[in-house]
Order: sequence, then structure tokens, then C-alpha cells
Amino acid sequence: MKFAVLVFPGSNCDIDCYKAVQETVGEPVDYVWHTATDLSAYDCILVPGGFSYGDYLRCGAISRFAPVMSEVAKAAEEGKYILGICNGFQILTEAGLLPGVLLRNTSLKFRCHDTVLQVVNNKTPFTNDFAPNEEIVIPIAHGEGNYYCDEETLKELQQNNQIVFTYKDNPNGSLADIAGISNKRGNVVGMMPHPERAVSELLGSADGKRMFTSILKAWRDTHGTASVR
Amino acid sequence: MLKATVYVTIKQGVLDPQGVAVQGALHSMGFQEVESVRIGKYMELSLDTDDRAEAERRVKEMCEKLLANTVVEDYRYELEG
Amino acid sequence: MAQQVSAKEPTAQQIAEQKIYQQFGVSDSEYKLICSFMGRLPNYTEIGVFSVMWSEHCAYKNSKPLLRRFPTSGPRVLMGPGEGAGIVDIGDNQAVVFKIESHNHPSAVEPYQGAATGVGGIIRDIFSMGARPVALLNSLRFGKLESERVKYLFEHVVSGIAGYGNCIGIPTVAGEVMFDNSYDGNPLVNAMCVGLIDHDKIQRGVAKGVGNPVFYVGPPTGRDGIHGATFASVELSEESEAKKTAVQVGDPFMEKLVMEACLELIDTGIVLGIQDMGAAGLTCSSAEMASKAGNGLELYLDQVPQREEGMTPYEMMLSESQERMLFVVEPKDEAQAMEIFERWGVICAKVGKVTDDGRLKLFHHGELVGDMPVQALVDECPVYEKPSSVPAYYVENENVDTLRYEEVKDLGGALKKVLASPTVASKAWVYNQYDYMVRTSTAVRPGSDAAVITIDGTRKGLAMTTDCNGRYVYLDPEVGGKIAVSEAARNIVCSGAEPLAITDNLNFGSPEKPDIFWQMERAVDGMAEACRVLDTPVIGGNVSLYNENASGAIYPTPVVGMVGLLHDTDHITTQGFKQEGDVIFLLGETKAELGGSEFQYAVHGLTEGRPPALDLDTEKTLLAGVLGAIQSGLVQSAHDLSEGGLAVALAESCISGSIGAQVSLSTPLRSDVALFSESQSRILLSASREQADKLEAYLSERGVPVTRIGSVGGESLAVTINDAQAVNEPVEGLRQVWEDAIPCLMK
Repeated sequence: MKFAVLVFPGSNCDIDCYKAVQETVGEPVDYVWHTATDLSAYDCILVPGGFSYGDYLRCGAISRFAPVMSEVAKAAEEGKYILGICNGFQILTEAGLLPGVLLRNTSLKFRCHDTVLQVVNNKTPFTNDFAPNEEIVIPIAHGEGNYYCDEETLKELQQNNQIVFTYKDNPNGSLADIAGISNKRGNVVGMMPHPERAVSELLGSADGKRMFTSILKAWRDTHGTASVR
Repeated sequence: MLKATVYVTIKQGVLDPQGVAVQGALHSMGFQEVESVRIGKYMELSLDTDDRAEAERRVKEMCEKLLANTVVEDYRYELEG
Repeated sequence: MAQQVSAKEPTAQQIAEQKIYQQFGVSDSEYKLICSFMGRLPNYTEIGVFSVMWSEHCAYKNSKPLLRRFPTSGPRVLMGPGEGAGIVDIGDNQAVVFKIESHNHPSAVEPYQGAATGVGGIIRDIFSMGARPVALLNSLRFGKLESERVKYLFEHVVSGIAGYGNCIGIPTVAGEVMFDNSYDGNPLVNAMCVGLIDHDKIQRGVAKGVGNPVFYVGPPTGRDGIHGATFASVELSEESEAKKTAVQVGDPFMEKLVMEACLELIDTGIVLGIQDMGAAGLTCSSAEMASKAGNGLELYLDQVPQREEGMTPYEMMLSESQERMLFVVEPKDEAQAMEIFERWGVICAKVGKVTDDGRLKLFHHGELVGDMPVQALVDECPVYEKPSSVPAYYVENENVDTLRYEEVKDLGGALKKVLASPTVASKAWVYNQYDYMVRTSTAVRPGSDAAVITIDGTRKGLAMTTDCNGRYVYLDPEVGGKIAVSEAARNIVCSGAEPLAITDNLNFGSPEKPDIFWQMERAVDGMAEACRVLDTPVIGGNVSLYNENASGAIYPTPVVGMVGLLHDTDHITTQGFKQEGDVIFLLGETKAELGGSEFQYAVHGLTEGRPPALDLDTEKTLLAGVLGAIQSGLVQSAHDLSEGGLAVALAESCISGSIGAQVSLSTPLRSDVALFSESQSRILLSASREQADKLEAYLSERGVPVTRIGSVGGESLAVTINDAQAVNEPVEGLRQVWEDAIPCLMK
């Protein structure tokens, strides 16, 4: 299985995502520049956190026009796994690959600390290693993570099991305590918390590890015996 | 040369935490008459064209595509010159 | 040569006759000296260039004699003061690069941008050495937090630091914030950056190789911050409020691109010299690079990327637009360099050439508009030995009896009062706004004695801290200086690391005042002695003078930034109590020392007397004993005793560990003194029941005074003194007081 970590001007969690893939599943992983026009070699695409284009205008608004983003849309269409973390989540919503939008935290302040998440949907390719409704510790670090969508969209998210993670103690004002959602098909997930920062007890939590092992497991399941390492 | 002035505001009904904070501050300073504050963005664009109709069409497209996120934001614009 | 470029600028003659140079902070005698170096009257551009090069900020003209007193070398020091930042060997061909710098005056005027650009500047100092920045720290001082103006400054300084550090993706892992009336109107904003480098990648800011091209990197130059360096060297006044244009605006996104592009460029090995444009922008970087190589430099100002129209040579040379760098490569490597910057979307322009005539020559519109001897600019600024005299307050304080107040009986109440004092209270409100985890190497987060980051691919780590108690330094600069270094070392050791070296930021009032200069001298002597005894040389730093306002000078605040080497991440130790039944030890001796204490300030509203004494040999013995004990695996938790003394240290260890403690003390001291004295060279340790005897023996054998004072457990902090109950407070209650204090004030 092959991972891509996208790099936009201003991405700063790209290294962390890259390290996390190496340390958790040890599968091949490449940095892929925002100008790339071919993602066909990759099975999972990580859209990392950071401040792409300085978060100027709106978070993710400029990145979503990068050449690589049409390839990301194509990959989503093909059913490949796409995970947007923090700024990556913002980019995916701006690109229309996920519904809704991330507004400023109600505190108007950047917030960085551990949060307790509930795994609401453990049937996605990103969460199959978690128990139903398991509580896990994953840190947040954002100023604009306040998830918002209209009522109709929220109803849809709920009906289709698209809410993947919720906060136990809402840190930013997100609608329905939403911390992460998926698309209808379940192969695109966006989340504000940083699983790549929670892959070692030494750094505070290892709960994020299982997101990466989930992805590998899901890939192996669908690729069956055809997969050769 | 035309000048486009674009205003982007948060849609009615969507929480504007900045607006709420500024309103609170104004109240605490004694400006009780302030019923609500909505904070938006103001942009000035200089366009290298004299074709108003074309400019209008293009600016609208810019707003829809990039300058505003129409999920939560409204926009309006003025053309001058 | 054309002496005049703009009709608006005064002529060389007018500058001399009307003494216009005085407006730039150049004295009559300095002006005379400049004229003799020039062999003629300098024009407007030239006097501008001289004035910034000869400002305190660039030339250290008032502090140089003092800085020479610091020990700056050691077996591990690869580069001492003089370059962008100092460098210390940490083995395996790796080294740590670090420096602290102030942005006090800009932050007083425009707190968000002032603080943000301070962070941006120190990051450039680190990556211009070729190092990858891995952590940020900051040391902040504000007036009393009850005032609206102070709240405004505090809020915006913190968000400025957050805005820059978070965006560029370097974790802000540690620091300190203190509040005291003395900083009213003149906050201190000191930012420190730590980087990692391989020995063979170390860069220097030199313009090597006659005929080589000089390149400008970064966003176009505008009229920002003209005369920032001289601005930083004068007292704050109403006038400086009006000088707001002197504050630069930061763009962390641009700096991220410049940083990545520069590090990639350095990695190719083609760079001959590189330096950031900090204070005094193009002037300082070009003159210093030429000087260090013993060369000259020609600058073609028409080639300098410009943001505004009609900029004069004076404006371009003095602009402090941010995120800019200067570098030199050989002509054959030009294309390779340009390609890298193009790919990162960063402007790179050839703006000059290295020459052999030892002169800085400026060309504009085809004319020579400035021609100055490089050596005079960089090395010939007069150095002043200011008069110093013992201040009256210091003499008076000798006879102050700090115990003259009645003994405080409600010790639980006093503890809460001290815990709620903003200087002692939890700083989560501050550091939760900083991304302290990005780069996924932060093993000990903000809020402990020192932060620890891991080094990828090794079992090693780096511990880092900033420290300085301005009250102690005010009451006795020499002792206060020693304490600042010793406390930093204690924090490093408590985290399990070995102290390596320090960087310092000397924040003082006006050196023109003999009282203040005396403070500077004594503080530097104290720090220097501590650095010698504790083997932590000074590898770089910054001086910020003229920190004064209407009511006088700030407390002398020589901030110490220290980095330590953690030999194995297994040694990481934190302050929180760990387990029910663990045994608590107090190391060191408690004396009746309340002068300058947080208890004196929070309970009595005073800062008087003499500060706690410090014996450096005792400190050294303590540090060696504790580090050895930690490395031998005997220690569960370690916490330095500082502001608030034993009572606060116990409370913090309970709060951090979310567990109580039962402590009984037997002492000849008054109870309030026993709990709140800030005697130095004390550390609180806990050990498992099985290891307790071993730890006690280990420390005793090494000459460390050790007292078993209680055990960990329960939900309350209960302290008895000479068998009488002194404190009995639920830990959750103490936590609330400690955690809510700052958020409540900031609502």
C-alpha cells in the first residue's frame, strides 16, 4: 500500500504525517507537491495540517485550486482513501469533497491541547480498529475548527452515519460536537484533531496509531490476496 | 480601468463569533444601542478592462469561486470608473 | 559623486550646520568621528547608515565592556557570540543552535505585530546558520494584570507570538510570564529559538570571494520600520506612540517559504555566506557580511525589489521590512540558487557584488550615492564606560527586616492567594494558544520545569527553559544574576537533562543613569560567575536598554535562556507526583528569606529587603546529585522551588499529578516563613517506596542536604509544621484557584 502526503506552500504537519505513516504501518510514503498532476500511484492521500497560503482569505480557500486538488477529487471518485487533518479538513470542505465549513472557534482563540473524542462511526476505513463509541485522546491545534453546516446537511450527516468523531468537551463551538466527518461513501474523512500527533506514549498519546492501522487493514481487506508487500 | 469593490459578509443565521465579541465590547463601553454586529471583508480590485458587462460577469465568478464561501458567506460588489 | 538624491533630504552641509544627526541619536562627538572616518561630511543616506550601525542595538556601545566579562567558550562550544546564533556540540555530528532576542519597544507600541516580528526575527537568526528551527520559547513581563492597558498588551502579545509561531510550524514549548508594576508601560517580549544542525552544515554571515554576486531574498522592501534599531535604543515616550509607522508587519507564511528555500539552498553546499536582514535591514547585513570577510561590497539599489514607488536609497538601506535574507554564492552557482527560490515562489534578486576595497558603496540610478568604510561602520563605534554608582534604595534595603510583619496564620488562605497571583498561576491560558506539538517531538509540554523535545533517530532529547526573577535582580543585581542562571540550570536538571550553555537577554533601563549602569555591571558579574561555576558558557544574546517609562526604569531583567542535553529519553522527569505511597524529599536548606518573594508581593504588596542568598558550590553539588539520581532511575518526580517556595512547589506537584500529599515539617522557622521562603538551591523530589532509602543515601553521599518530608496520596495537600496543622486543602480546590486566576482576569 502506498501513501501520499500532500505539500502545499505553508503546510507544516506534512513531516508529522510522513513520520506517522512510517512509524505506525511502515508502508511506503511520499511527499507530493501541490503542483503534481498524477496521484495514480497512491492508495491513500493525506492532506496535512498547517497554514496553506497563510490561511489568507479563508482557510483552505486558495489551496483548493492547486493542480493536485483535481487529482484528489479524481482519487475520491475512484474510492481511494483520503484523510484531511486540520487545515487538510478545511481544504476538503472548500473543495466540496466534504460538506460544511470550518468557522472561527467561538473563543476567537487558537486552541492547542488534548481532547477526548468519541468514535461515533467505527465502520469507516479510517476507524475500523476502534471499538464502537470508544473514547480516545487526540490533540487539537487550530483557530478555525468550529464545524458548521445547515440543518438539512446535518440531518443527512446523521442519517448516513457520516459523523465519524465527536468531542466529549466541545472546544470550539462545533455543531453537534462534530470533530470529524466522512463523505457519503465513507472513503473521504476530514477531522480537526491530529491523529498523527498521537502515535507515541512518549509524546502524550498513542490512540492515533489505530487510524493508520485501520487504513492499512481496510486496504488489505479490499485488495485481498492480491496485495504483496 | 475599472475598480471593483467587493464586500463579503457572514450569512444571516450563521454565528459570527467575532461580531458577537465586538458587540459585547461595545456594550461594555456604553454603546447600548448596538443591536448586532456582523463582521465581513472588504476588497478592492483594479481591473484592466473597460467593458462593464464583462467585468460584472467576471467579478461575480471570482466571488462565487474564491472570494466568498457561499456556504456561509454572502457577497455583493460595486463597479466604478 | 552625487551627494544629493532627493530634494526633500537635507544636504550634507545642512546636516552638519543644523545638527540634524542628533535626531538620529548620533552625538556631536560621534558625528565628528564619522566625518574623520569619511574624510568629508556624510550625506543623508550615509549618516542614516552610520546612525543605525552605531546604535546600541547593533554596536553594543554601552554594553560591550560588560559582555566581555561573560565566559563564552567551552569544550562543547562550536560557535560563540558574534554570528546569528551560538552553537553547541551534542555529539553524533549534531549540534544545537539557539539565541534569544528582545522586541520590547515595538511590542509596547503595537503588541501583536511587535511580538510576531520578534518571533520571526529570531527564527531567521537560527536558520541563517543553516539550522532547522525546532522549538520556540518566550519570556514575557507585563505590568499588573488588573489594568486594562496591561490586559490589552498581554492579550495581543500572546496572540502575536501564536500567530507567527503557529503559522510557520515551529512549536512554542516553554517560557515564562511575570507581572509586576515595574513593567507597566514597558512590557518585555523576549523570544528564543532553538535549532538543530549537522556540524558540516554550519553557515556564517560572510561576503567571501571578490567578484561574487550578492543576492537578496524575500518580499519586496517597503518603508516599514525605518529606524527600528535606533527606535529600540531610546526611551518610550508619547512621541514613540506617534511613531507607530516604525513597527513592521510580519508575514509568517512568507517566512515559512523563505526558510524552506534557504535550508534547501544551504543543503546544496553552494552558499559562501548568508545572513538575515534584522535590525537595520540591508545596512547591517551587508556591512557585517563584508566586515567579517575583510572585504567590501557594492549594492545596486535599483535592483532591490521594492514594494512602494519612489523609494530613496536612505529608505531602502534603513527599511526593516521582514522576512528578508542576504547571501553570496559563486557566479557559476547562480542559476541553481535562482531555481530553488523560483520553485518556492520566493523573490530572489542579484543586488550587489563583493569587492576588495573595504568600502560599502551604494549605487542608485547609475550614480554613487553612498561610500563608506566598512570597518568604521562595524568596528569603530566608540564604546562607552558609563559611570556607575550604588543606588540609594540598595543601601536602604540592607536594614529592612522582612520578618517585621505579623506571622500569617491562615496559611491555606495565603497559599491560595499566592497560587492566584498571575505570576505563579497556571499559564494554560497563554500556552494553549500556542501550537506546542507541531513537528511531533514535544515530550514535555509547557507548564513543567523545562520543556523537552526529542531528537529524531536518536534516544536523545533537548531540555529548554527561560528564567529570571527581576525582583531579586532589583534587590541585589549580583545575587539576582546568579539566581537567574542557577534557576535555569535547576529547571534543566529537574527535567533530567545536563545543562549545556545559555543565551541571555539583558533588559535594563537607561545606561546613562549611574544607578542603572550599576545594576547592569553587578548583574552581569553575578551571571558570569554562575556560568563559570556551573559550566554553562554564554553563546550569544541580546541587549535591550532604555526600558523606561514615566515612572522610571523596569526592574533589571537579564533573562537567561538555557538548553540542556537529555542523554536518554528514559531520563525524562516531570514535576507532578506520580503514585500513591511515593516518598517526598526536600533537598537543600530553608532559611528565613522572604525578600523579593512572591509571598511578600502577593500578601504584603511589597518588594524589599535582600533577595535569598545563593552559594554556587552548594548549587553545583545539588545539581550534580539530582541529575545523577535521575539518571540512575531513582526519581519519580522533580520540581524546582522558586516563586512561592515550598508551599507552591508542593501544590504544583499535587495539581500536575492530580493526587494529594501528606507532609510534616519540623523547623525552627515561623510557619509562614517555612512555607513561603524562597531560599535557593532547593528541589522537591519524590521516589517510590522501594527506591526511597537508596535515593536518600545516594544524595547524602554526594553532600546534598536531604530531608524526608512526607508521602504522596489522598486528595488533599495536608501540611503539618512542628505537629500543628498548617495547610489542609483539597487538591481540586487548589487547582481551581491556580487555573482560574488568569482566565478570570482576562474575561
